[in-house]
Amino acid sequence: MSVVTNPVTMPATHPEAGKEDNYLTHSSGFLSWALTLDHKRIGMMYLVGVMSAFALGGVLALMIRLHLWTPNLEANQAWLLNKTYNQVFTLHGAVMVFLFIIPSIPAALGNFLLPIMLGTKDVAFPRLNLGSFYLWIAGAIFFLFSLFATGLDTGWTFYTPYSIESQGPVIAATLGVFILGFSSIFTGLNFIVTINTMRPPGMTWFRMPLFLWAVYSTSIIQVLATPVLGITMLLLAAEKLLGIGIFDSRLNGDPIAFQHFFWFYSHPAVYIMILPAMGIISELMSVHSHKGIFGYRMIAYSSVAIALFGFLVWGHHMFTSGMADVTTIVFSALTFTVSIPSAIKVFNWIGTMYQGTVSLNTPMVYALAFIFLFTIGGLTGLFLGALSTDMHLHATYFVIAHFHYVMMGGTLIAFLGGLFHWWPKMTGKMFNDFGGILSASIIFVGFNLTFLPQFVLGTRGMPRRYASYKPEFQLLHQLSTIGALMLGVGLLVALLVLLHSLFYGSKAPKNPWGGATLEWECSSPPPHDNFSSAPTVGDPYDFSKIEFDPKTGSYFKKK
Amino acid sequence: MIPTFLADINDTFWFPKQASTFAHDVDWLYNAIVYISVAFFVPIVAAMIYFTVKYRERPGYKGSFEALHNTTIEVLWSVIPTFIAGWIFWQGLLGYLDMQSPPPAGTEDIKVIAKKWSWNFKYPNGAESPELHVPVGRPSKMIMRSEDVNHGFYVPSFRVKRDIIPGRFHYSWFTPTLEGTYDLFCSEYCGDNHSTMNTKVFVESEEAYAKFLAEAIKEPEDIVERGKWLYERKGCKTCHYAGKEGSAAGPGPSYNGSWGKPVPLVKGADASGKETLFDEEYVLNSIMDPDRQRRKGYEGAGNMQSYKGQLKIEQVEALAAFIKSLESETPPAKK
Repeated sequence: MSVVTNPVTMPATHPEAGKEDNYLTHSSGFLSWALTLDHKRIGMMYLVGVMSAFALGGVLALMIRLHLWTPNLEANQAWLLNKTYNQVFTLHGAVMVFLFIIPSIPAALGNFLLPIMLGTKDVAFPRLNLGSFYLWIAGAIFFLFSLFATGLDTGWTFYTPYSIESQGPVIAATLGVFILGFSSIFTGLNFIVTINTMRPPGMTWFRMPLFLWAVYSTSIIQVLATPVLGITMLLLAAEKLLGIGIFDSRLNGDPIAFQHFFWFYSHPAVYIMILPAMGIISELMSVHSHKGIFGYRMIAYSSVAIALFGFLVWGHHMFTSGMADVTTIVFSALTFTVSIPSAIKVFNWIGTMYQGTVSLNTPMVYALAFIFLFTIGGLTGLFLGALSTDMHLHATYFVIAHFHYVMMGGTLIAFLGGLFHWWPKMTGKMFNDFGGILSASIIFVGFNLTFLPQFVLGTRGMPRRYASYKPEFQLLHQLSTIGALMLGVGLLVALLVLLHSLFYGSKAPKNPWGGATLEWECSSPPPHDNFSSAPTVGDPYDFSKIEFDPKTGSYFKKK
Repeated sequence: MIPTFLADINDTFWFPKQASTFAHDVDWLYNAIVYISVAFFVPIVAAMIYFTVKYRERPGYKGSFEALHNTTIEVLWSVIPTFIAGWIFWQGLLGYLDMQSPPPAGTEDIKVIAKKWSWNFKYPNGAESPELHVPVGRPSKMIMRSEDVNHGFYVPSFRVKRDIIPGRFHYSWFTPTLEGTYDLFCSEYCGDNHSTMNTKVFVESEEAYAKFLAEAIKEPEDIVERGKWLYERKGCKTCHYAGKEGSAAGPGPSYNGSWGKPVPLVKGADASGKETLFDEEYVLNSIMDPDRQRRKGYEGAGNMQSYKGQLKIEQVEALAAFIKSLESETPPAKK
């Protein structure tokens, strides 16, 4: 408790002569971070948090892959007991979904960038913002508790009735999800209010960068869908604690109802994960092609369209569950409608490169990798949306491969691309571009090696969540494991490149890439108040006035 | 590296054997979507690479800054994919309706009971088996229910899958077209030994199937043999090790070398004391009311369900005789 006894270092300005004043040097001490209301510091704390969660989830993923190196037909000779394996894949899924992907882009990058890109000083409710971070911490602690109690084995979906009779600490985990849900709602609410009420003069809706359109659409989903998850988790906890029959068939409850409730949140949650990633890619493609985005309005509208359609397709997780045939068919049809806006976005990104000036640097390489992987992820969704093929592919490795292409090949790659893109702005340091491209290349190859074989495993009938498998699947599993190790190395390289830049990187200029959005008009890193005077808002994708200045190594905007 | 390219080289690269009337249609639609996907994916990636090279940043080159907007092309690339998606939906719907419409008359109705972690199939003549036997060329209808948690009936070679949710009946039907032995997997996560909840499907000629049914209904005369026969058919084998068979990793205790020895019990579970003797009475209690005398060390062992109403007292007697015959066997080696 030394923090309390020491003289409290409250946020205070240090206008020392010769020392640059930015949000990092503005005040110092533990409490200046722990109690900060600065959206940039909260964003950075979120960044450290979600990256730690990702590291944990990644180690669990490697455990899964190493266990599956052999078929494990003799369960007592296998590396992990079946029960342990089930706990590992449950935690992998739960940590990755609830602690990493959902908060990753909105809470870390979104918090940092949204006010700056919008041209404001902070979000609308800075205290709510800090509160959301501490709720995230509290939710994470509940999760880690269930990790150390080593019992949660229900899968991240908590399907009833297994989750009701399971011995694992389901209640701790569901409360963790409940708290994390509130963290997510607070962030979403904050962003919606900020964008609706705090746009500076000149920042009309259609002058907003596409990243903000994406984050805005995401926030709508967060605010509307997350309460349903909260309710579901409370009902589950109540059923488990009090024995009320809601989802348990032995108490006259209905397990299918749980699946409907769960996916009513968790399918829109897929769009909470992918929409901000699409927003990042829109920024990256245009800035690094030095060219206005193709079809700005179509991309903006398609974000909103995806957010709305995303609410209507949850049933496609339940095609084999025995829903009524008509319901099943309607959900299949709706599922196909959501594929169109996503396809349009891909075409627009490619169209943006046409006749541009493409700089092939680290963020751009990540963006191109995203388009490659996300396209595979999207196209393989067609096999699962079509009813007759889904009957065969449902709950197999085909599904695993499909959603990893979308979630990891999509969201994670975009997150990394965005991280490299805005890293100079966030930290004030330039990273080694060769190292960055190297990391992207290893990740790209490792990723495909991990998940392409899983499509074939799926079509050949390998069910998911299996601790052991038929020997004929071994070769494909081993390829996948080698790929996973490679993926781990690539991610480690990316981390090292970023850490290296913190200590040895050269000072980042104001606008290293030639972006036209507002965040490139404040210094790197930005000052505490973001802008000394209200910025002039122009077209976020007008690159005609952006010129490179070889003396400073920075782009600047011609008057 | 892209498996989609291999689709037309070798059909078995993707799929297990086609062994039901649905398989051909499913594979046909799958292959069609593979071609459609390639037709989208290759141009997208080709354009991406071509633009990256052609418009790369280099001395003396300056590309356009203008944001492009082209209504014709935007309408085209919205409308064409919409029609293609609509076609895929329609084909998937037709295939699904084939599977969901009532089967033709004359089905072989087989009752399927799924429980952690075994399958039990009951045939029209009353015979039971842990593996599924079906006649070739004639539709078979599965009338399925679960005794505990969610399970899933999945036969990859038939391209058939259906969840089995407790508290309701689920149906699935198919017409096998090819004699042989196929895998049957549980496709819905059901706890510890989910991955071992698989068995075989034997697709047989009508004669072989009839012969199987006749054999399957006969219980062995010898009481120990009958106990072993029940052990294999009633799902005991999935959790308990006996002789050299069954699940060596548990979760239930091994039968080997336990007969006649004292069994330490969980405190408070049974009023009669801390331990009991492994005898017929203990076997009966363990099967009919597993929670009454929980063995120490197996407190949370996968929640064995009661067999009340599923086994007759004579059958329990046979099981006890079987366990007794294993008195001198050793339990499985732990790693």
